[in-house]
Amino acid sequence: MTLIAATATAAHATAAQATAAHTAATTAAGGTHGFLSPTGVEIAFLLVGLATFGAALVTVSTRQLVHAALWLVVALGGLAIEYLLLTAEFIAWVQVLIYVGSVVVLLLFGLMLTRAPIGRSPDADSGNRWAALTVAVAAAAALVWVVVDAFRTTWIDLGGPAAGSTAVTGASLFQNWVLPFEALSVLLLAALVGAIVLSRKAKAEMSSPPVNSRAATGSSPSVPDSRNHPIEGNSPAEQEGAR
Amino acid sequence: MHLAYPAVLSALLFCTGLYGVLARRNAILVLMSVELMLNAVNLNLVAFDVWLSKAARDTLHSGQALTLFTIAIAAAEIGIGLAIVLAVYRNRGTSDIDKLRDSAEGHESDGPDSNALAAEETGKAEAAA
Repeated sequence: MTLIAATATAAHATAAQATAAHTAATTAAGGTHGFLSPTGVEIAFLLVGLATFGAALVTVSTRQLVHAALWLVVALGGLAIEYLLLTAEFIAWVQVLIYVGSVVVLLLFGLMLTRAPIGRSPDADSGNRWAALTVAVAAAAALVWVVVDAFRTTWIDLGGPAAGSTAVTGASLFQNWVLPFEALSVLLLAALVGAIVLSRKAKAEMSSPPVNSRAATGSSPSVPDSRNHPIEGNSPAEQEGAR
Repeated sequence: MHLAYPAVLSALLFCTGLYGVLARRNAILVLMSVELMLNAVNLNLVAFDVWLSKAARDTLHSGQALTLFTIAIAAAEIGIGLAIVLAVYRNRGTSDIDKLRDSAEGHESDGPDSNALAAEETGKAEAAA
């Protein structure tokens, strides 16, 4: 009885010591952590994480292409909730705005414009899907094992002020990360011009081969104002090449 | 919160995206899987940034800044990738990645073929990145 109590005390002391070594801010709450006694935030994170992972699995395994894009919305929205649970509010709303708002809409437009079949398409997966499954399961097992083994005694302190509120994120972004931020705007400009150039070149060459009627009607309004793009289009491309 | 929860979820999502990239045949589905992998990395960055900012080792909030940069780069990547896929679809009539390899033989060797070949190579390089 005393032996068990002494062992438990020793284990408790080592756990508390490791926790204090890792997270200096959580000294007060360090003794109350348990490896398998989850708190409410952890249970919520686990449930939302299960939903996110399930939606991601359906996204990569369904045979209906439009359904894959719609399940991707569920996965990305679940990740936004995970960011909220990690007190990163600004990232969560940026995730909702950019991913759910624009990227998935772009993907749906792409699916429609390439005339993806509505309903089941039996050739959605290629022939090497069992090799892909083997690689993915092996990578998942290795990564999960390494990560769990490495961060067994590490806790995130979610108390206090939020680590990712808009004020904190904006201050750090515009105090310490101004130069990468401006470089990123140049990159976005280059990507914008590049997308215009890519689709415009295809339109210019579509005059001689048989014309896709839907693409031709969609592209006709943008032909007149695309005349002045090559002059602008050269300089960001050269900048990107120089970098 | 135990740090293993977001780390394990991030690893699982990354491997899901890895499976999708390797197993899917439609180019747009491959782009969706790339988005899943990028989001897994973002979750890792946010979780470790919250941990390190509370442990007072990092005052730059580098994880969240890098997450914002990753999101912006992913938006640019999806725009360029979809433009390439649409250009390939207009030239080839398909967005099937497995069927795009026969453009490497170059039967007709005219303008659209070489352009489609270049676009396909760019798309593959981007998917690999």
